[in-house]
Amino acid sequence: MLDSALEVLRLQSRGEATAVEIAAKAIDKIEASQGSINAFTHVDRELALMAAEAVDQKRRNGEPLGPLAGVPVAVKDVLCTKDMPTTCSSNMLRGFRPPYDATVVEKLRQSDAVIVGKTNMDEFAMGASTETSAYGVTRNPWDTSRTPGGSSGGATACVAAGTVPLSLGTDTGGSIRQPAGFCGVTGLKPTYGRVSRYGLVAFASSLDQVGPIGWSVQDIALLLQCIAGYEPRDSTSLNLEVPDYQAVLQSIDMRGMKIGVLRNELDVDGVDDAVRDAVLSSIDIFRDAGAEMIEISLPHSSYWVPTYYVIAPSEASSNLSRYDGAHYGHRVPQLDPEKAESLGPLVATYCQSRAEGFGAEVKRRIMVGTYALSEGYADQYYNQALKARRLIKGDYDAAFSQVDLLLGPVSPTTAFRLGDKIDDPLQMYLCDLFTVGANLAGIPAISLPAGIDAAGLPLAIQLQAPPLAETRLLFAGAAYQAETDFHKLRPDNFGS
Amino acid sequence: MTLSDGYPTETIIGLEVHVQLKTQTKLFCSCSTQFGAPPNTQVCPVCLGLPGALPVMNEHAIDLAIQAGLAIDCSIPPMTKWDRKQYFYPDLPKGYQISQFDLPICADGFVKITDDNDPEKIRRIGIIRAHLEEDAGKSMHDEASGRSDSRIDLNRCGTPLLEIVSQPDLRSANEAKNYLTELKLRMTLLGVSDCEMQEGSLRVDANVNLHIDVNGEKIATPIAEIKNMNSFRAVEHAIEHEIDRQYDVWEETGKTIKDESKTTRGWDDATGKTFLQREKEESADYRYFPDPDLLPIRVPRERVDAAKASLGEMPAELCQRLQTQYGIKLYDANVIVNQGRELIEYFETAATTSGDGKRTSSWIQQDVMRTLNEKQIRIADFAVSADQLGELLQRVSRGDFDNARARDVFSHLIKNAGTVEDAVKALGIESVDSSEIETLCKELLDANPQVIDDVKSGKKQAVGSLIGQAKKKNPNANPKQVRETLLQLIEQA
Repeated sequence: MLDSALEVLRLQSRGEATAVEIAAKAIDKIEASQGSINAFTHVDRELALMAAEAVDQKRRNGEPLGPLAGVPVAVKDVLCTKDMPTTCSSNMLRGFRPPYDATVVEKLRQSDAVIVGKTNMDEFAMGASTETSAYGVTRNPWDTSRTPGGSSGGATACVAAGTVPLSLGTDTGGSIRQPAGFCGVTGLKPTYGRVSRYGLVAFASSLDQVGPIGWSVQDIALLLQCIAGYEPRDSTSLNLEVPDYQAVLQSIDMRGMKIGVLRNELDVDGVDDAVRDAVLSSIDIFRDAGAEMIEISLPHSSYWVPTYYVIAPSEASSNLSRYDGAHYGHRVPQLDPEKAESLGPLVATYCQSRAEGFGAEVKRRIMVGTYALSEGYADQYYNQALKARRLIKGDYDAAFSQVDLLLGPVSPTTAFRLGDKIDDPLQMYLCDLFTVGANLAGIPAISLPAGIDAAGLPLAIQLQAPPLAETRLLFAGAAYQAETDFHKLRPDNFGS
Repeated sequence: MTLSDGYPTETIIGLEVHVQLKTQTKLFCSCSTQFGAPPNTQVCPVCLGLPGALPVMNEHAIDLAIQAGLAIDCSIPPMTKWDRKQYFYPDLPKGYQISQFDLPICADGFVKITDDNDPEKIRRIGIIRAHLEEDAGKSMHDEASGRSDSRIDLNRCGTPLLEIVSQPDLRSANEAKNYLTELKLRMTLLGVSDCEMQEGSLRVDANVNLHIDVNGEKIATPIAEIKNMNSFRAVEHAIEHEIDRQYDVWEETGKTIKDESKTTRGWDDATGKTFLQREKEESADYRYFPDPDLLPIRVPRERVDAAKASLGEMPAELCQRLQTQYGIKLYDANVIVNQGRELIEYFETAATTSGDGKRTSSWIQQDVMRTLNEKQIRIADFAVSADQLGELLQRVSRGDFDNARARDVFSHLIKNAGTVEDAVKALGIESVDSSEIETLCKELLDANPQVIDDVKSGKKQAVGSLIGQAKKKNPNANPKQVRETLLQLIEQA
């Protein structure tokens, strides 16, 4: 039941379950899984039951119900919630309660969703394994010795563990798609500007985007419908009408659809054979469904990761300046007298508060970004990266003049073991090899479950589409899921 | 300029002026910009820099900036953008200020001022750029309480500022003052800013150094940037003091611009001296980069044209119109215009009612402005309304009473407000019937027959003594009327 939002809606409308019963079950499962999975930084049974009771009450009174009425939804801890802490899995914001809801959270409430808690993540969304969290690692429900991916590792693991049917993640360089792939669930990064960023604690403002995570394309289409749309409080949000995402899924026909296969990506060093095979076999599936498959390449793809790892840390170094211990968040309790003497109390407060509040990966990116923006270096790094970004966008424009969608892998590997890459940042950054392109170009992309490898770990494929063509991604994703059962595979002990 | 017993020097001054734009709400959020509210009551997640909050540009600030730029003859480029200027300070909660780096909203303008040495000549002071930025909050340091206690008020945080950067074209403290006066006049005439230095809606930083001519060789002293000046007078004095100080230091140490980088100095009104604030201006690296939360701004030609059309009269045009419309001299028009919009409006209303521009201009420049100065008030708070002054002066022109009587009425109005009519009654000034005047004059002529002879023999001024006597007998008698009646009676005699 807790692996389908549509099922949860059906059960309630048939009177077979109440929102309160469903919420209680979700919370029970979360609490039972916290010890082994640790997908959540905060769970609030009381709030969830109150929200669920309000839905039941509305239903009893015959009042109109929102599209997510009574559906338990988990929210990544980078999205502001006024009734729960918002920590970004950082000590810097331990216990921080924003005085306002992120727009997407407001929209969830307006849709009558039941928010059950906040999910664990890499600190400030910086990482690909949820290991940089200050609240402990999250474990992959398919194999608890492995990472769920990151940075939205909690958001995908909580779905894969069967605690909630839907969650909200954020994707700056692959942070929805890679963990969705590692956890065998479906995740979508919308077009930059499709979903409001108001209340999303910024990592890299020009790349961040909120997106839905669930088992099936139908479910995430439902959630996307609720969160998408223009919002005047975010100047970068697009003032364009939102299509009816569910309507496009009513009749699926891939005939006439042209899909470009990013064949080069499969030959990159370090791509698992199983990952390659999953993509290759998906080519046949799409072809059999009626799509025309052609090979295509994005000439500047080798610059994606270096470009990303200049732009994202540069913006991060600026966005994270506000955590200075002066206004909110962690402040050093006792100044080191020597530092207070040599630096003065103000600078010493900044230095010590930030030294204590931030973890190693966040500090590394702040330093990289500060360097890349510094006088004398900005031309070599930041400004150069902006030029590369324009070329990368140009590649996509050229490709989409030939094809409707791009097909390739999500990540070079399946879920790796916890601890394997945490001390090797460069290896960790290569997890983003195939995902950062969509962020740099601002285009939408989806990660779809594509089977299980010999080790029993989920495989995934990625589809990318031109700006605002989410409908095309959902359409093709639904076609793929109509032909395959990969999105119906569940980890062991799922039912328990 | 030559300092006494020193080498000839030239003073080089460039001003950075921050003008607070008169918007209802802040630059990137909808908080009020009202001055004087209790600390931290005009704040929201955006101007507090809370996690996840995003800025949304205030379109009105853009329009005001365009108007301000046009008023100082800047060009308005078709594209401008926002950049982040990054530094840590407790009154800057985001850790960066949203400002404009390489594409300011206004560029390359000028302001004309009269030459210091020759009032007939005009000097053109270049303006490099004018850019928009958000203000920071206020830090209040209370070190008197024994422990160094700092408090932060973020009400001002996010208030729109236009920073106007001049070329180093100014050559004296007086020119700096004239430039500021002209700038303030233009901004207040437009209504884009209040330009109240006391409230911080106009702030001035002055970059000053000297070029000393040592037997034909030009030596430049190190540049000092002077901050915290809170009046035009302070700017003038601070620059004057700085000129002397830099010359003295150069004489003492011989240090030139090559030996010392820019220093930052504060101004102390009490001691009348500038003082060192920061030794070496570390060429601070603000790591500017385009703000990814805000889109670049396209400024279409039509928007600039609309702003141009709404500018209204700038000072030169205003002076021209006051001259032709009210028949006053250029000098007088200048004095009135330089007082700003409120006084100009006061003059126009009074002059229209009185029907006598010259008389109104001279009364305003003397009686009205003197009173404003004495009382340290603004024309808006002046007890005599423009209509009443006009009414009073109209009666003077009509000959109802002379200037001396008019001043009595004016003084009465300043003390008691009310109308001219009330004042006239209160002072017991009654208009005297012409038959009454005739009777009075006849009596006086009968008593002083030699006056008739004097006048008839060509000494018209002889009637003067009778006018004085008439006033004594009847204080309400209008001297002009008495004089005319006397002359008439003498002619008939």
